[in-house]
Amino acid sequence: MTDAGKESGGMTTARAVRRSLLVSLWFMFLTLPILVIRVNPVAQEIVWRWRNLFLIGVGSFVLSLVGQFLTHRQTRRTPSLTPGRLAIFRQRCMREPQIYVPFLLCAVLTTLLFPWFFSTYQTNIMTTALMYVVLGLGLNIVVGLAGLLDLGYVAFYAVGAYSYALLNHHFGLGFWAALPIGAGLAALFGILLGFPVLRLRGDYLAIVTLGFGEIIRLILENWNEFSFGPSGIANIPRPGFFGLDLSLAGATVYLYYLMIGLVLFTIFVVNRLQNSRIGRAWIALREDELACQAMGIDKTRTKLTAFALGATWAGMVGVIFAAKTTFINPPSFTFLESAMILAIVVLGGMGSIAGVVIAALVLILLPEYLRAFAEYRMLLFGAVLVIMMIFRPQGLISSARRAYKFMPVPVAAGRNKRHGTAADH
Amino acid sequence: MDYFLELFLGGLTRGSIYALIALGYTMVYGIIGLINFAHGEIYMLGAFTGLIVASLLTVFGLNQYAILVLASLVAMVYAAAYGYTVEKIAYRPLRQASRLSPLISAIGMSIFLQNYVRLAQTSDFLPFPALIPDLAFMEPYAHIIGSAELVILLVTAMVMLLLTAVIRFTRIGRAMRATAQDKGMAMLVGVDVNRVISITFMIGSALAALGGVLIASHIGQINFAIGFIAGIKAFTAAVLGGIGSIPGAVLGGFVLGCTESFATGYVSSDYEDVFAFGLLVLILVFRPAGILGRAAAEKV
Amino acid sequence: MGPLLTIDRLCMDFGGLRALDHLNLSVAAGEIVALIGPNGAGKTTFFNCLTGLCAPTAGEIHLVVPGRGQRLRLNGLPPNRVTEKGLARTFQNIRLFADMTVLENVMIGRHCRTKAGVFGAVFRSAAARIEEQQIVTASAAILERLGLGSYFNDLARNLPYGAQRRLEIARALATEPVLLLLDEPAAGMNPQETAELDELILKIRSELGIAILLIEHDMRLVMSLSDRIVVMDHGEKIAEGTPAEIRSNPLVITAYLGEDLAQTA
Ligand SMILES: Nc1ncnc2c1ncn2[C@@H]1O[C@H](COP(=O)(O)OP(=O)(O)O)[C@@H](O)[C@H]1O
Ligand SMILES: [Mg+2]
Repeated sequence: MTDAGKESGGMTTARAVRRSLLVSLWFMFLTLPILVIRVNPVAQEIVWRWRNLFLIGVGSFVLSLVGQFLTHRQTRRTPSLTPGRLAIFRQRCMREPQIYVPFLLCAVLTTLLFPWFFSTYQTNIMTTALMYVVLGLGLNIVVGLAGLLDLGYVAFYAVGAYSYALLNHHFGLGFWAALPIGAGLAALFGILLGFPVLRLRGDYLAIVTLGFGEIIRLILENWNEFSFGPSGIANIPRPGFFGLDLSLAGATVYLYYLMIGLVLFTIFVVNRLQNSRIGRAWIALREDELACQAMGIDKTRTKLTAFALGATWAGMVGVIFAAKTTFINPPSFTFLESAMILAIVVLGGMGSIAGVVIAALVLILLPEYLRAFAEYRMLLFGAVLVIMMIFRPQGLISSARRAYKFMPVPVAAGRNKRHGTAADH
Repeated sequence: MDYFLELFLGGLTRGSIYALIALGYTMVYGIIGLINFAHGEIYMLGAFTGLIVASLLTVFGLNQYAILVLASLVAMVYAAAYGYTVEKIAYRPLRQASRLSPLISAIGMSIFLQNYVRLAQTSDFLPFPALIPDLAFMEPYAHIIGSAELVILLVTAMVMLLLTAVIRFTRIGRAMRATAQDKGMAMLVGVDVNRVISITFMIGSALAALGGVLIASHIGQINFAIGFIAGIKAFTAAVLGGIGSIPGAVLGGFVLGCTESFATGYVSSDYEDVFAFGLLVLILVFRPAGILGRAAAEKV
Repeated sequence: MGPLLTIDRLCMDFGGLRALDHLNLSVAAGEIVALIGPNGAGKTTFFNCLTGLCAPTAGEIHLVVPGRGQRLRLNGLPPNRVTEKGLARTFQNIRLFADMTVLENVMIGRHCRTKAGVFGAVFRSAAARIEEQQIVTASAAILERLGLGSYFNDLARNLPYGAQRRLEIARALATEPVLLLLDEPAAGMNPQETAELDELILKIRSELGIAILLIEHDMRLVMSLSDRIVVMDHGEKIAEGTPAEIRSNPLVITAYLGEDLAQTA
């Protein structure tokens, strides 16, 4: 038996409790000024909130105990090569039709019938969540597949939104005309941003894209003649339905189905891309930029395609966003928006389509439906980024590479080799 | 001429605050190669702690100098504690991970801390008392440089000299330099690398907090979001000077401060932040090694 | 027939350090040339300059592909263009795409010989489908040839060490090179794996007609494989000749081989 086994249970427990007490004391000390004291410098008033200190103390004590218990169990258990119960269950779910078919059917039905059973308000929220699904999938191309940490993704979203708003304001362009233009302009901006950052290392690239995003926002905020500054642009028309003007409720439902369509289209495209020649080049670029170049891949083109394609989705969703809210202004396009989309990609699993879809729905809907959460939304996003990096960097659903099936094929006489062909998918 | 001098000294003052924050970025980057995105939030936390302590002490009726010193000290201690904790929770487990993981974790930490303060305190701007007293002998020069600015300049100059001395001549300074050069080798010759990294975070955080208290009392208001823009600007300063280099951070801070000061004074104040971001993008793209840094090549 | 690759007075400086010092070298089509020398002699740097990963300070690199006619100047080209021209390499410290499957690693090598773009990928045009099929078939054939047939769908990171080294060669072969640059391919291999590698390299030459430039420390492998050996020290070429000549060259013996050779000889 190991040391841990020889030791009496009581002693380890005592030590764990002592440790947790220390942790709890430390956090009580740490949060003392900010969480307990609230000052009002004008009225010279001081509010003491001792309850918070108590909550932090108890909370961190319990968390620390649980954490120690979990790590203890993990080190004690001999690492086995067989997958855990959860993994087996997940595999079963994905393989056996009698489990996943009804589940899928339910999901499809709920999605399709959603607007008929829920209020306009609920449909609206769902549409927003779907927008984040597409944004997540788009950013996933850049961050998840190509490994380029883009912190200014929201800039392309802004480009899309402002394209529609301005084109409509000045030239009366409609939604359907603006959609491809917005997407194209965003792609163009993606390439414009891509050029200067081509040579940059990962972390510098992140900061430059962040700077780029902020510059776009600041320009929108300050260049009144062009973008109407902080007051934004109002009265952007909702999409028309074959020339018909829809009621508010009708337009909401229409947008909802539009988004469903866009989500499906995005999934279709991204799925095909990631198992294509281009997609493989992105992943190779992410894995090892230098080796990737040495294997004959044009780094410039590959990076620019990733930026441009990623930006295209943001541009499209931007147009839809403008049409949905009918009003846009610069504060909708801050860095925090980029960070939220990044959190979706990170939580879902870089490069994993299913993961990103689920993560977007969870991260956007959870705070909407659990009102208590709403205020803690950004706190949650921040925590998600940290926790995922530490405990599950591959995300909720790690992306699996495509497996090719091979059949032995007799080759022309003279060569005694077998070589495979891919089974059709 | 006076206007020029005023802008110049104003730029130096700004720049010295950027330098104080930039030191934290540069020291951490020098040692573990991480852009500590949450550093701006430590600065913000420092300013808030300073405000709380100052308000408490004012109620107790202490004299102004004592309040200034105590508020700064407590803020520095707390910022160091936060820096230590953040490193331990969010970065230490990721030391072996790929380069982007700790950066993403740092972004998460930054958002978390911002919202922690927003929820625990307020999302409004809070007025910050002018802790730095008006000096009588400065009266004739008031149109060029205020007492607060003078004090800020003097304090930061002193702190930087102190820091240089610590890094040059003390045991921990030597250990820091060794760790920055080669972590594995430092470990082999008996340097406790984890301790060195923790101390680096604590020193950097304390300096940021000092900057936070000083500039907040000069500007007169704070809120939970001030760390973002200040952090970005200080990072710009660090890169400008050459990230990893301590004199570089100071130089970068002054250059950025003066650039901003002149640009807003002579051109337009609307685009103040655009100048900083533009500068940041330009340097990273065209001279990522900065003024004093050397380009590092990847080993094949 | 003139040489395939000609290197003329190649220099590479890193700050004050001269890693390559007026290096001249040529490789004929179908030849196996070994590059030996103590650690830090500049061998890897030489490969980096050839493949466009480093920009040489001075000197010329020219490639003449038989049947393709004109003389190509390689210095100044980015790495991917060099690979297109027909130079492919492996790395001393293995640099596979760890989270891709073994087959996909080789498929990456096919990238520069194929051209399906975004539209082909999304709409699966007939041309793109056929090309994709060919990429898979060709890559699988290479893997079979290198004895990696049982690993197709495994992640590269999970491969045993020797297999990873062979996968690097497979990936390089997929780019259809005329000259293959191998940087210490036998490093860390056991004697049996090394013997297999010996066989493999000879097979690559005889079956595919690819010339090979090889950096290696395993003297037995070098002596048995090479047509010609080039010895480097401090960035300079100090000797060149057949294995027998090198074996008896006093300069080499003192500078590098020393007792090592005394034992094998
Ligand atoms: N990117 C680089 N920057 C600076 N010096 C380098 C670089 N690459 C190699 N060197 C130096 O060049 C010399 C030759 O190295 P290398 O080519 O790796 O030797 P070998 O492969 O023969 O062992 C060494 O002194 C090494 O430190
Ligand atoms: Mg080498």
